[in-house]
Amino acid sequence: MGEPGTKELLSLEDLEAAGGLHTGRKHILSILVENQAGVLTRVAGLFARRAFNIDTLSVGPTEDHNVSRITLTVDGALHPIDQVTKQLHKLINVLKIRDLEPEDTVTRELALFKISVEGPQRAEVMQICEIFRGKVVDVTRRSVIVEITGTTDKVEGFERMVRPFGLIEMMRTGEIAISRGRGET
Amino acid sequence: MRAVDAIMECLKAEGVEVVFGLPGGANLPTYDAFVDGGIRHVLVRHEAGGGHAAEGYAKATGRVGVAFATSGPGATNIITPIVDAMMDSVPMVVITGQVRTDLIGTDGFQETDTLGITMPVVKHSYQIRWPLEIPRAIHEAFHIARSGRPGPVVLDIPVDLSRAEIAYEPVTDLHLPGYQPTIEGNTKQIRQAAKAMASARRPVIYAGGGVINAEASEQLFEFATADRFPVTCTLMGLGGFPALHPQWLGMLGMHGTRAANYAMDEADLICCVGARFDDRITGKLSEFAPHAKFIHIDVDPAEISKNIPAHIPIVGDARHVLIKLIKEYRSLDGVQGSRLDEWWAKIEGWREKHPLRYDDSTDAEIKPQYMVEALYEATSGDAIVTSDVGQHQMWAAQYYHFNKPRRWINSGGLGTMGFGLPAALGAQVGCPDQTVVCIAGDGSVQMNMQELATCAEDKIPIKVFIMNNGYLGMVRQWQDLFWDKRYSHVDMGSYPDFVKVAEAYGATGMRFTDKATLVGDMKQALATEGPVVVDVRVTREENTYPMIAPGQPARDMVG
Repeated sequence: MGEPGTKELLSLEDLEAAGGLHTGRKHILSILVENQAGVLTRVAGLFARRAFNIDTLSVGPTEDHNVSRITLTVDGALHPIDQVTKQLHKLINVLKIRDLEPEDTVTRELALFKISVEGPQRAEVMQICEIFRGKVVDVTRRSVIVEITGTTDKVEGFERMVRPFGLIEMMRTGEIAISRGRGET
Repeated sequence: MRAVDAIMECLKAEGVEVVFGLPGGANLPTYDAFVDGGIRHVLVRHEAGGGHAAEGYAKATGRVGVAFATSGPGATNIITPIVDAMMDSVPMVVITGQVRTDLIGTDGFQETDTLGITMPVVKHSYQIRWPLEIPRAIHEAFHIARSGRPGPVVLDIPVDLSRAEIAYEPVTDLHLPGYQPTIEGNTKQIRQAAKAMASARRPVIYAGGGVINAEASEQLFEFATADRFPVTCTLMGLGGFPALHPQWLGMLGMHGTRAANYAMDEADLICCVGARFDDRITGKLSEFAPHAKFIHIDVDPAEISKNIPAHIPIVGDARHVLIKLIKEYRSLDGVQGSRLDEWWAKIEGWREKHPLRYDDSTDAEIKPQYMVEALYEATSGDAIVTSDVGQHQMWAAQYYHFNKPRRWINSGGLGTMGFGLPAALGAQVGCPDQTVVCIAGDGSVQMNMQELATCAEDKIPIKVFIMNNGYLGMVRQWQDLFWDKRYSHVDMGSYPDFVKVAEAYGATGMRFTDKATLVGDMKQALATEGPVVVDVRVTREENTYPMIAPGQPARDMVG
C-alpha cells in the first residue's frame, strides 16, 4: 500500500485489506482501576485512539470501595493483546490487568429479552425459557420478558431460539469474569 | 492560606523557578498569587507560545516546564504544546483555569471540557473537585511528569476552588499504586545483551531521545567506546553522542546519512536505546533491517515490540541500564575487537562514497545547507539550537554537528510548525548564559511570531535566523518529487517584511543575502544585544537530501 503523502492511487480493496478483517481468540481482560471520576473514559478513550475495538464492557464496584473492576472482551487477532495491556498499564489509575484464560475462568452475563408472544406461542417460548433456565420477569397479553444468565454462548443460543417469535428488544450487560479456584482474579 | 497561595508553595517545593503563561478570567485568583508568590512569571502573548516555551525550557534544562492558561480558549490554545510534549516525552505541567464549579456543564462563558479534550494527549490529568486536593494533585503531577517516560500533566482548577481558604501542609508521601515505572533494567537481560553485542559482527547502536531524557549521554559514550560500536541517533537523540566522534555515523531515518541507514540495513544486531522505531526511521517496515536481531532498551514497556519485535527486551531508564551494560560488557572475557574490522571497512566505504553533500553556489547565493554551516561556524558549534519543522529543521539536524546533549531542541513526533521561536525563548530563560539561536522557516516562524514581544519586553536575547525561501519548503519538495511538481499553495510570496516585523516587536531586524559575508554578518547578529531576527535569503528551490522516499526501504535512499 502506498504512503498517504504520495500520488499513488489507493483502491478501496487495498484499504480494506490494510484494515484487517481477521478474527481471533477472544480475550477477556479483567482490569482493576482506582474508583475515580473519569477512569472509564480514560480506558475507553485509550481503546478508541489506538483503534482497538471493545466487544463487551462491564464496570462495577468490587469488595474494596476504592477500587472498581472493568471487564472487557477484545478480539486478540485484530489487536496484539500485548500492546493493548501495555498501553492500559500506562494509565495512572489502572492498578492491575489480567488476561484471563478461558479454561480457568467463570464468565457470566445477564440478558433481558422482550419477546412478542400471542396465543399458542406463549407455551413454546416458556418451554425454551425453561430449557435455558431463564426466568420470566414480566408478562402481558402480547409479550413476555425473560431474564437469562449465563455465558455468552448460552445467551446467544437463547437469542437464536426466540428470534423467530418476534424479538422486540434485547439487552445484555456484557460479560463479567472471575478466575476459578482460591486465588484472586 | 488561599488555595492559590498553596499553589505557589507547591511550585516552590517542586523547584519551579519560572512559569510561562497568560492570565484570564478563570485564573484571576492564581495570577493574584503571582504578585508576591516569589516565582518568576513570563507573560507570553499566546498560550501556544507559553506551552512551547515551557517545552523549550524543559528540553534545555532537564527540569519540568510549567505553563499556565485560563479556561476555554486559553486551554484550547495550549493543546498543541501538550500533544507536542506527549509525542516527544517532555516533562511539563500545565495548569488551566476552569469556570466555577456550579457553571461546569452549563456551557458557561469560556467553559470548555479541558479534561476531556486533553485526555487522549496527556500522560495524566486532574480536575480539582475539592480545594484540599490541590497540593497533593500538584505534587503528583510533577512526579508523574518527570519520572519514567516523561510527559505532560494537566491540572484543571475551577476558579471558585482556587479562592478557597485551606490549611496548607506540605505533602511528602505520594501514593500512586498504579504508577511504578521500572528504572533498573533486568540484570539477566542486560547480561544477555552484553554477550550478544560481544559476538555481533555488524552491530549498530541506535539511540534516541530517551538518552537525552535520562541524562545518559556519558554512559552511551562509554558503552560505545568500550568496543568500537558504530552509533547513530534519531532526530530526538542528536547530541546524545558527539557528532565529531569517529564512531558517529550521523543521524538515521528519512533524511539521515547513507552510512547510518545502510548500516542499519546490513546490521546483524541493533541495540536500540531510548528510541521507538518510528515510521520516519524504519521506512518500509517489512524491509527494515532485515538481517538484524534487536536489543530494545526503553523505560516505556509499551514501546518494546510495538513496531519491531525485540529479541532482548530491557525495560529501564537508559542511564541505569547502560551503567549495568557497560559493567557486564567489560567483565566479558575474550571479546575480539578485531571482529569489527570488516564492518568498519564497509562503513568507511559508505562514508567516503556518500558523505552529506550539496552543490554549493559559486556566487553570492546562500544555499540553505551553507547557512547552517555558517551558523555552526559563527557560534563555534556551541549554541543551543531550536528549530521549527520542515526542510530547515532537517538541514539543521544534518549540518549543525551537535556534540552535547540538550543543545538541539525541536519538535520531532508531532512536527509542530511554530515551535522554534517560543522554544528558544524558554530555553534562553532556562539557560541565560548560553547563546540560544532558532533556525526557523519563513512559513513556520509566522505561527508564533507574537512571542518576539515577550522576548523584547523581558529582555530574552534569542537570535532567530529565518531560512527564507518564500516557500512551505518541505511540502513544495514533496509536490516536486511525488506530485509531478504541481505546486499547490506552497508559495508564501514576499510578505511579511521580517526586518520590519522584528523592529515593530522591539527586536533588531537584519537581512543577509550575501554568502561571502555571511559568517561575519552572523557573528555581528549574535553579538547584538537583545532579541534579533535575521531574514536570511536562501536558494528558493533546494531539496533536502538524502532521502528515504516514503514507504521505501532504507537501502533505496535517493539524492
